[in-house]
Amino acid sequence: MIIDYEILKLVWWGLVGVLLLGFAVMDGHDMGVGTLLPFVGKTDVERRVVINTVGPHWDGNQVWFITGGGAIFAAWPLVYATAFSGFYIAMLAVLWALFFRPVGFDYRSKIENSVWRKSWDWGLFVGGAVPALIFGVAFGNLLQGVPFHFESDLRPVYTGTFFGLLNPFALLAGVVSLSMLTFHGANYLMIRTEGDIYARARKASLIFGSLMLAAFAGAGLWVAAGIDGYAVTSAVDPAALPNPLDKTVEAAPGAWLANYAKYPATLALPALGFLGGLLGLLLAWRNRPTAAFWSSAVAELGVIGTAGVSMFPFIMPSSSDPKSSLTVWDAVSSHLTLEIMFYAAVIFTPIIIAYTAWCYKVMSGKVTTQFIEANDHSAY
Amino acid sequence: MITEEVVDLSRLQFAVTAFYHFLFVPLTLGLTFLLAIMETVYVMTGKEIYRDMVKFWGKLFGINFALGVTTGITMEFEFGTNWAYYSHYVGDIFGAPLAIEGLMAFFLESTFIGLFFFGWDKLSKRQHLMVTYLTAIGSNLSAVWILIANGWMQNPVGAEFSYVTMRMEMTSFFDLLFNPAAQAKFVHTVSAGYVTASMFVLGISSWYLLKGRDVEFAKRSFRIAAAFGLASSLSVIVLGDESGYAVTEHQQTKLAAMEGMWHTEPAPAGFTLFGIPDQEARTNHAEVKIPYALGLIATRSVTKELPGIADLELQAAERIQHGAVAVGALERLRRDSGDAEAKTLLEANKADLGYGLLLRKYTQNVSQATPEMVAQAARDSIPKVAPMFWTFRSMVALGFSFLVLFGLAFWHSAKNTFQDKRWLLRWALWFIPMPWIASELGWFVAEYGRQPWTIHGVLPTHLSTSTLSADSLYFSLGGFFLFYTGLLITELYLMFKYARRGPGSLGTGRYHGEQGSGGPLGEKALAAPIKTIEGN
Repeated sequence: MIIDYEILKLVWWGLVGVLLLGFAVMDGHDMGVGTLLPFVGKTDVERRVVINTVGPHWDGNQVWFITGGGAIFAAWPLVYATAFSGFYIAMLAVLWALFFRPVGFDYRSKIENSVWRKSWDWGLFVGGAVPALIFGVAFGNLLQGVPFHFESDLRPVYTGTFFGLLNPFALLAGVVSLSMLTFHGANYLMIRTEGDIYARARKASLIFGSLMLAAFAGAGLWVAAGIDGYAVTSAVDPAALPNPLDKTVEAAPGAWLANYAKYPATLALPALGFLGGLLGLLLAWRNRPTAAFWSSAVAELGVIGTAGVSMFPFIMPSSSDPKSSLTVWDAVSSHLTLEIMFYAAVIFTPIIIAYTAWCYKVMSGKVTTQFIEANDHSAY
Repeated sequence: MITEEVVDLSRLQFAVTAFYHFLFVPLTLGLTFLLAIMETVYVMTGKEIYRDMVKFWGKLFGINFALGVTTGITMEFEFGTNWAYYSHYVGDIFGAPLAIEGLMAFFLESTFIGLFFFGWDKLSKRQHLMVTYLTAIGSNLSAVWILIANGWMQNPVGAEFSYVTMRMEMTSFFDLLFNPAAQAKFVHTVSAGYVTASMFVLGISSWYLLKGRDVEFAKRSFRIAAAFGLASSLSVIVLGDESGYAVTEHQQTKLAAMEGMWHTEPAPAGFTLFGIPDQEARTNHAEVKIPYALGLIATRSVTKELPGIADLELQAAERIQHGAVAVGALERLRRDSGDAEAKTLLEANKADLGYGLLLRKYTQNVSQATPEMVAQAARDSIPKVAPMFWTFRSMVALGFSFLVLFGLAFWHSAKNTFQDKRWLLRWALWFIPMPWIASELGWFVAEYGRQPWTIHGVLPTHLSTSTLSADSLYFSLGGFFLFYTGLLITELYLMFKYARRGPGSLGTGRYHGEQGSGGPLGEKALAAPIKTIEGN
């Protein structure tokens, strides 16, 4: 093994962040498009235009989500096990909402019946909005700590309830992620459409961009004023074999701000969240959709990075048994697995980005109502 | 505490969702390659009818693929949601192939499938052909990694238990990758997918021929499916046999159960062609045996003995006793990691740790287990014989019937007489569901045959689940039942609708049921090479 265990643990924290960001930028924009579908498309043809802007891409984009899940399984198995089983009902809600996407995209326009098509349009709305909301809710709960503990054989036991997840702060975090992805999706729609749909997408971009900024600011103030963070109070050996029970942890007011004081450079992340959002709004308003799209992507980097840096080194703090909290040091795979997965990620991620970019280039240009009418049998 | 009810419900849910997912996988695996073959012919000959074939079979492929993706997400989530302890205990090894599958294969397949459907007018002929091949390679690479993960569950190589992290950890990625169980499984499974897709195209084409419609289209599809199907059904049998050989080495309990070998026989053992297994009396009634056959198939020798169930239970009982010592030592180490004596004990009995964990089904205090508990756990270590015996034989019988059907289809397509052989066309039509049944039976043999383990010899199934209430499980099972039933009805409705409409659904105006279609003559004209530059 060439790379130090400690370095790999840190690198994997960053790589999971990269995958999350990839998910938000890529799958995020087509989830945003799905959320906006019933509102920016008034007629059947208009809705088909909206769907076909992401038609060739949603499937590849969704793999960011699936690979993100796989990478967490491989790099942070305890997080995968504890979070997925603990948030059981919420995960089912995400999963079942996602069911509507592949079938919604592929089946909707295969039958000419307005009830059929309208039902799938709402299905695509659910498939975009519900996961976008729940991901934020999940982060909102992670920031507050989650009630779980480990038994002596490291079996995770979650002691909270589903409705406990739907607390006010978590819902606010849900609004951040839902508005962020919808903002991003609206910017994407502006790139790929024209006329009425473009105008409605622009309006949506202005509304959801503003909402995102307000909610992000609100959540930030709430964390600063009223949410206890967590801090490891025992000595940490980052190179040690991972054992989450081998530490002590305490809840502490202001602990989520400690990293910004310690490493002031990290303040760039919340700043990017605001700057990207503001710039995206301005550019959408000035009818510069491509630049607006990349600005909302920067906002996503800022928002996701802010959540990550605030909690570092925690991934999933436990509110009921703080020492069971999962951190980047003790929730990870073995040295060998982290190293192999590091090479896999470093080799394949650029290749994926390259061929995805080629596909977008091939399919670039505005999707128009004329295009849909001319390709009635092959378009979505 | 996890009740037996929760374990059973978790198993039921995994079985339902995995079987359901695998209704869509084999067609994807095979049809992508059939599409690539058809498109290759199109690019080489320039005959437009082959492009229509790619587009039409591609449409049916898309209807199937949508549900494959949908149900695949369930599988990716389910290890975490329902098998949390499993995910923790073996995630260090098992998670890696799943993540690499996403990075290397699923991205490739999913990204290019969009261009496959939408890129016809944006790409040159050769570029589009490349896209089709990349989709096919992506879907088959997916199978490689998934089966490496599954192969490891059957034969957990390249890993070791660590008492500090309380889990299995990878010691050799190379061993995981080149696990013989995974290699054999991969080729057998993808071949089964090719058979499924061939039967699908063959059967639907036969239906058009029986109806006398879209004849040129159907004849060409039939020929390609017959040739590809023959090669695939040969490979599925030969490589299935290889898979059986791999089982012999790594999972003797599975082999003994599927063969109904209650007692060790002198080498080379006979193959039981027919029999009625009796679990109580531990014997088969009305047995018909082919002498020597099993010994030859399973050991590739005439001298190696195959252990029967009785002997395997004795071996298991011994390992359970060693394992109980290992579990006791592990518990001591979890309390005090400096306990040197416990460390030595654990090291000495580590290989049997999983067997010790089998006792957890009967007692929390494994080191105090009674001889009855040990005997019961030893009986648990062999899967039930009758379900294994019958599913395995049904699968094999179906496999040989595919070989016969594709052999005849190929023979008659070589002689160009198949369009008049109505019995053959009907046979092909009614046989469409059979490869799916064979595939599901195959998975039953593989997975039920691994019981009582999730990871053979390492982690018992009853310890692998999440800490969930039975109510949560009833809720999720109910939800899956509703969603999956609704989705299946929708999928079948669309599949039948588009299969019935045939290539006319492409809207080219050249096929059956379309206004202004030129009938068979118009279609014939299509079979000629196009002189003009490609375009619609």
